[in-house]
Amino acid sequence: MATDLRSARRAQNWGRLFIYGSLAAMAAFYLMPLWVMIVTSLKSLDEIYSGSFIGLPKAVTFDAWAKAWGTACIGTKCEGLKPYFVNSLVMVIPAVILSSGIGAINGYVLTKWRFKGSNIVFGMLLFGCFLPFQAVILPMAQVLGRLGLSGTIPGLVLVHTVYGIAFTTLFFRNYFITIPDELTKAAQIDGAGFFRIFFSIMLPAALPIIVVSCIWQFTQIWNDFLFGVSFTAGDSTPVTVALNNIVNVTMGRKQYNVDMASAMIAAIPTLVVYVVAGRYFVRGLTAGAVKG
Amino acid sequence: MQKPISLKDRLAAWLPQLVLTPSILAVFVGVYLFIAWTAVISFSSSKMLPRYDFVGLEQYIRLWSTPRWITAVENLFLFTVLFLAITIAVGLFMAILLDQKVRAEGVLRAVYLYPMALSFIVTGTAWKWILNPSLGIQKVVNDLGWHSFVFDWITRPEFAIYCVVIAAVWQSTGFAMAIFLAGLRGIDNSIIKAAQIEGASLTRIYLSIIVPMLRPAFLSVIVLLSYISIKSFDLVLALTNAGPGSATEMPSTFMFSATFRRNQMGVGAASAMMMLMTVAAIIIPYLYSELKEDRNGH
Amino acid sequence: MATLEIDRVKKSYGQMDVLKEVSISVGDGDFLVLLGPSGCGKSTLLNMIAGLEDITSGQIRISGDVVNDLSPKDRDIAMVFQSYALYPTMTVRQNIEFGMKIRGVPPEARAKATKAAADMLQMGHLLDRKPSQLSGGQRQRVAMGRAIVREPKLFLFDEPLSNLDAKLRVDMRTEIKRLHQRLGTTIVYVTHDQIEAMTLATRIAVMKDGVVQHFGPPQEVYDRPANTYVARFVGSPAMNIIPASLQVGADGLAEAVVSLPSGEARIAGIPLSAAALKSHAGQKVLLGIRPEHFSLTSGPGLSVHIDVVEPTGPDTLAVFAMGGTEVIARLEPFAAAAGDRLTLAVKQEKVVVFDASSETRLD
Repeated sequence: MATDLRSARRAQNWGRLFIYGSLAAMAAFYLMPLWVMIVTSLKSLDEIYSGSFIGLPKAVTFDAWAKAWGTACIGTKCEGLKPYFVNSLVMVIPAVILSSGIGAINGYVLTKWRFKGSNIVFGMLLFGCFLPFQAVILPMAQVLGRLGLSGTIPGLVLVHTVYGIAFTTLFFRNYFITIPDELTKAAQIDGAGFFRIFFSIMLPAALPIIVVSCIWQFTQIWNDFLFGVSFTAGDSTPVTVALNNIVNVTMGRKQYNVDMASAMIAAIPTLVVYVVAGRYFVRGLTAGAVKG
Repeated sequence: MQKPISLKDRLAAWLPQLVLTPSILAVFVGVYLFIAWTAVISFSSSKMLPRYDFVGLEQYIRLWSTPRWITAVENLFLFTVLFLAITIAVGLFMAILLDQKVRAEGVLRAVYLYPMALSFIVTGTAWKWILNPSLGIQKVVNDLGWHSFVFDWITRPEFAIYCVVIAAVWQSTGFAMAIFLAGLRGIDNSIIKAAQIEGASLTRIYLSIIVPMLRPAFLSVIVLLSYISIKSFDLVLALTNAGPGSATEMPSTFMFSATFRRNQMGVGAASAMMMLMTVAAIIIPYLYSELKEDRNGH
Repeated sequence: MATLEIDRVKKSYGQMDVLKEVSISVGDGDFLVLLGPSGCGKSTLLNMIAGLEDITSGQIRISGDVVNDLSPKDRDIAMVFQSYALYPTMTVRQNIEFGMKIRGVPPEARAKATKAAADMLQMGHLLDRKPSQLSGGQRQRVAMGRAIVREPKLFLFDEPLSNLDAKLRVDMRTEIKRLHQRLGTTIVYVTHDQIEAMTLATRIAVMKDGVVQHFGPPQEVYDRPANTYVARFVGSPAMNIIPASLQVGADGLAEAVVSLPSGEARIAGIPLSAAALKSHAGQKVLLGIRPEHFSLTSGPGLSVHIDVVEPTGPDTLAVFAMGGTEVIARLEPFAAAAGDRLTLAVKQEKVVVFDASSETRLD
């Protein structure tokens, strides 16, 4: 009996070792690219070409960061990523607010004010979550051109808002459906109208999903490349497009440290959001898959 | 005796629909009308500018006789199969391990998931550097003393697509893990206890009871990863730029270059329609089943 | 304070009729309970009184005014919901004052009304908490407080006690009864619990499939149910429904013949009008006998074989076969044991007779 227990415990110990060993190995694999990006961006070009890849830099230098931010050449201009970073910010803030706001009110109507055909409307909106954007970029380019918005930030804001509505509506609809309808009824009897109920009761109760929606939209829009590269050029491109240009169009000796610093600069906003509010980010990710 | 109804009340009755109208219009135009528009172009002879004539299936025939497109479709197929298989296997493995009441679960989860927060362009840039044969992983292993080690897939047309798979798996495993973990956490603990009392081993419990119960999670992961793989565009562009040559061409990159670089708008539209139909074939049944469950649930 | 008239009210969704021409009217200060199983249309009817659902046809009048097209806020009603429906982000005080604020009641008056309601419901100490910090019973109190401060013509309650545990439910039931006695306001109360209906109501409307089966005072619903459905729904254990045949007895009164395992037995002296007796004599009928109307007797009676006994404390339920069906009698504790052969008497003046095919009561 005693030996049985002991061997069982030993098997358990091996099991725990296997679990932690596997988890640690995978963690190392998932962290490795980030590590490589950071150390490479802090090395001088000579050190990189001398064959230092994964090790710590011998001498830490922020030259690559400074260059990536302020003086790297994109096309014919050598102003670094800074203007494009600003472009992305100017694009992402209104697009996030608009699409989340519209999604909130849509979700409210689709759960608390259902009408004949509201389910069909929701189904139609939902397909927008999974639209391969290649199927709409041609007409969108035409329409943006006619509206005089092609190649502009407001044009991108419009595009991201329109195609963001599907996801934000899904978020809010799935959230509001868990709030009992009786709440709306009670408010109606209290004399509150459509907007009053929305602003005084629904919206304050929806704080978590507002965060989820904003984070999701922020990440999606910041990371977008297809719309940026299709509808903008030159000065008005977002940071992802500029990053791709830096990496692909450098002449002469390839400046890997600047590439990595640029990649880090483009990644930092979404990484910060992820670190600060990872819980909400995960909720957004799984919302498309697991209902409620 | 009937009290009069105010104009305000009459208006209020229509308010919900009124508020929803702009969104319906935007989505109707931005999604459905634009799809129709793309379809129209795919049946026209459009090249650099859209032309609204009708040439039947000519563009589709041209598309399917373009070797680049065939490569793209083959790549997509290979990529999707590998990407799904590896991501699901690793993601499920991770989720099961994390579900064993491990310490620092939160930190580990965050580590596995952070790539999802990155732009595919960033991922592509980083992996391009890592996979660089003269300065990246190959060099590190060579320097460690294994001089014959070769890892130059990114420069070789027949292997470059596997590099895309590696980077895509790296980026998406955390997502699969998160959904599987949510599924595992939703399983009633007493089922596991009941199986343990019957004498089933842990491996047995997972294989015969728990994994089959994760069916909905599998469905979600498969559908959403397929969708990611069909539209994957940024990653290929940043990592291999569809090369070497056209070795890692994908339908998404083909569509883009046909339309914006090679002035073959008609062919581009036809390829976009092919992509749309593939996505629709996967997504519409999925949405339908999800919505139907939803309706039963309420 | 108000009267309520529901006049041939119908509700249909497309082809489906949820309510079929319901007519109910109650006077000032009445406590009307709409009683029925889920899906019988009782909540739909309540929502229509509140103005939360449209009326397909017919009229609803509060104090004589047609309210069909009035929005909820203009009907001078207050409603308490099953899920309490407290606004989750507001404190108890804000919950109670929300409606008054919308109606533009000045702050001092709001505070006064809130205090009065809080005193009445003994929840003054809860005013600054959020709903999530309250127990089920406390939430229910807040929901009632929110209704009271409206001083409405009509209180509507939608299954307000269903989410509470058994003990609390009894306490809150008393609380609601006390509230009604103190305020004297007309109340419409929806429930599927027949005990709540019996204890609270001055008028009960038993509903099934969108039709009112019986509308009357509780004791009438209990003693002389309009049909076998009502008979089975009200009372626990339910009224026994026993197949029998009807005859004219020696005294000229109605007499029922029921089959027992030991042979046939007669129950004489059943109250039935001459007309009903004449039209149904010699026919199959259904007898309705409440369990408590059986008693042990040493004289002549029904000789039964006890199958199962269920002691409940105050009395013992004895199960036996009669008329080819299972019958329950409520007897003294220890009066019966499984396997006993007993002779039971029936309070014949309490026996109700139903038509065998339509299952409606014969008078």
